[in-house]
Amino acid sequence: MTRNAWRRFSSGTALTVMYALTGLALVPLGLVLWFAASKGLPAVLHPEFFFNSERPTGFPGGGVSNAIVGTGIMVGMASLAAIPVGVLSGIYLAEYGVSRWASWVRLASDVLVGAPSIALGLFAYAVIVVPQQHFSALSASLALAILMLPVVIRTTESAVVLIPRGLRESGLALGLPRWRVSLQLILPAAAPGVITGTLLAVARAAGETAPVLFTGFGNPIFSLDPTQAMASLPLVVFRDALTPYKDLQQVAWGAALVLVVMVLIINLGSRWVLRRQIRLAGQL
Amino acid sequence: MRRSVAASVDKVAGPPAAFPKPPDRYRTFTALVSWAAPASLILIVAVLILQARPAITRFGLNFLIGTEWNPVTLNFGALPAIFGTVVTSAIAIAIALPVGIAVAVVLAEPGARGIRAAMGIGIELLAAIPSVVYGIWALYVLAPWALLHLEIPITEHLGFIGFLSGPPGQSSLFTASLVLAIMILPTLTAVSRDVIRAVPRGLRESTVALGATWWETVWHVILPAARAGIFGATILAVGRALAETIAVTMVIGNRFEIPHSIFSPAYTLASVIANEFNEATGDIYPAALVELGLVLILVTLTVNVVALLLVRSAQARVTI
Repeated sequence: MTRNAWRRFSSGTALTVMYALTGLALVPLGLVLWFAASKGLPAVLHPEFFFNSERPTGFPGGGVSNAIVGTGIMVGMASLAAIPVGVLSGIYLAEYGVSRWASWVRLASDVLVGAPSIALGLFAYAVIVVPQQHFSALSASLALAILMLPVVIRTTESAVVLIPRGLRESGLALGLPRWRVSLQLILPAAAPGVITGTLLAVARAAGETAPVLFTGFGNPIFSLDPTQAMASLPLVVFRDALTPYKDLQQVAWGAALVLVVMVLIINLGSRWVLRRQIRLAGQL
Repeated sequence: MRRSVAASVDKVAGPPAAFPKPPDRYRTFTALVSWAAPASLILIVAVLILQARPAITRFGLNFLIGTEWNPVTLNFGALPAIFGTVVTSAIAIAIALPVGIAVAVVLAEPGARGIRAAMGIGIELLAAIPSVVYGIWALYVLAPWALLHLEIPITEHLGFIGFLSGPPGQSSLFTASLVLAIMILPTLTAVSRDVIRAVPRGLRESTVALGATWWETVWHVILPAARAGIFGATILAVGRALAETIAVTMVIGNRFEIPHSIFSPAYTLASVIANEFNEATGDIYPAALVELGLVLILVTLTVNVVALLLVRSAQARVTI
């Protein structure tokens, strides 16, 4: 083999190997989706799965309605706190982002994304559960809100920065005060990106187990009271999967499938919204 | 007369000092709100220190080197959990790094899209799957498979090497590392891809113009230029691995000792907390668990800050 043929051959081999490794990296995704679907479907296909609460092993007809509602309430309360604060912080970073303080905020939120979620649970436990002397959905929401905050901040910032300067300048030239330019002109224009970010944060919070482990704690009884212990989907997966009982394991797989489907819908949906946003921003 | 007119004109159209810039209240307000993220970070660490105080004062530095974890005699040492955390993360990164860099190189390639875009979406979905779903999958699918096709053959053929010796088990340090490798891959890939994309086009083009093949360009030019950033991405992924709780808890086997082999059950900082915190009673036991959390968060925060600074400087620097 001549030297050049060898070079071409090795380059082609390397290219093939790298594409093969990329394919290999996607194998776990396919396997997780396949097993969640095939093992979870038998549970999910019974309508009572969505209408009944959890039941102990040996009692057929158990469902996860309490966990679905619980996750919804806890993530909803967390969103009420994290989204306004996160969006305003993100706007600050986008509009006044050159200051030294802004770079600290950026670093803090990037670090917060990587903070161990179990530590957030310990924090919420110490701050709310200990003084109250009992578990509560509220404390879980605090932990989840801190989990969501940095995601909302950073995605809002990157969405607002995308908006062309001209829009801001024409608003200011018309004599509008800065807060109106920012909240009534820029934010609506950046809305798809901001909504995408908050949805991704919601998906992340809904799937997290560690922060709710000793805050929301779980509750086999259907409950809407945010000051008491409340069930959540990831907790059902975690606890039931580790039991030796086939019927509870079945419920765990069903709950896992619900989580996976939710995450898939939010991620693929937000990708579509975001692509539209970028196209619209190009036309402005 | 003339002078006074000039003076009055001066007064009307005076220097900017005559019109002090109105305070930008909106800026003040949003800046105040933006305290939320740094403040919660500081608060978390402060509260954990307060909660861990009984254990900190009682055990001091011995907490970090003690190997016994005994809720009955109230004797707590964290070393086996620290060992498990570090070793699972190290094995995970060793598995994920070669794959992650290959994926990043493929995804960062300029031009023709299509299949590559689909692969990018797939990798991002890998990051979106909740950790507990990885956990249940690892418990029922990955662990039995790994036992049969990886652990048993390896212990049979390479068992004479101490840390690869048997007996193999479904719940082990190794299984936990496998799950972690899958879970940190998206972080590793996304950040490395961005760093590789930030390598100036000219560098790639001039190398190709000199007659280099694709592989020669990647290996001799692009990867060396992106080296610092890829290093940062690796450390960032290590931070994610250290912090991961639930999936690891479900497959690591929960045995509080320093294992002699990677196929033995072990424990990590986060999984000890996840498993025992709800049952911890008294004063010292919960405080010791919170101190584990404190150690964990301080280590991950440090690792993350270092990684972020590395990645940022790598992306900001205009190479050549």
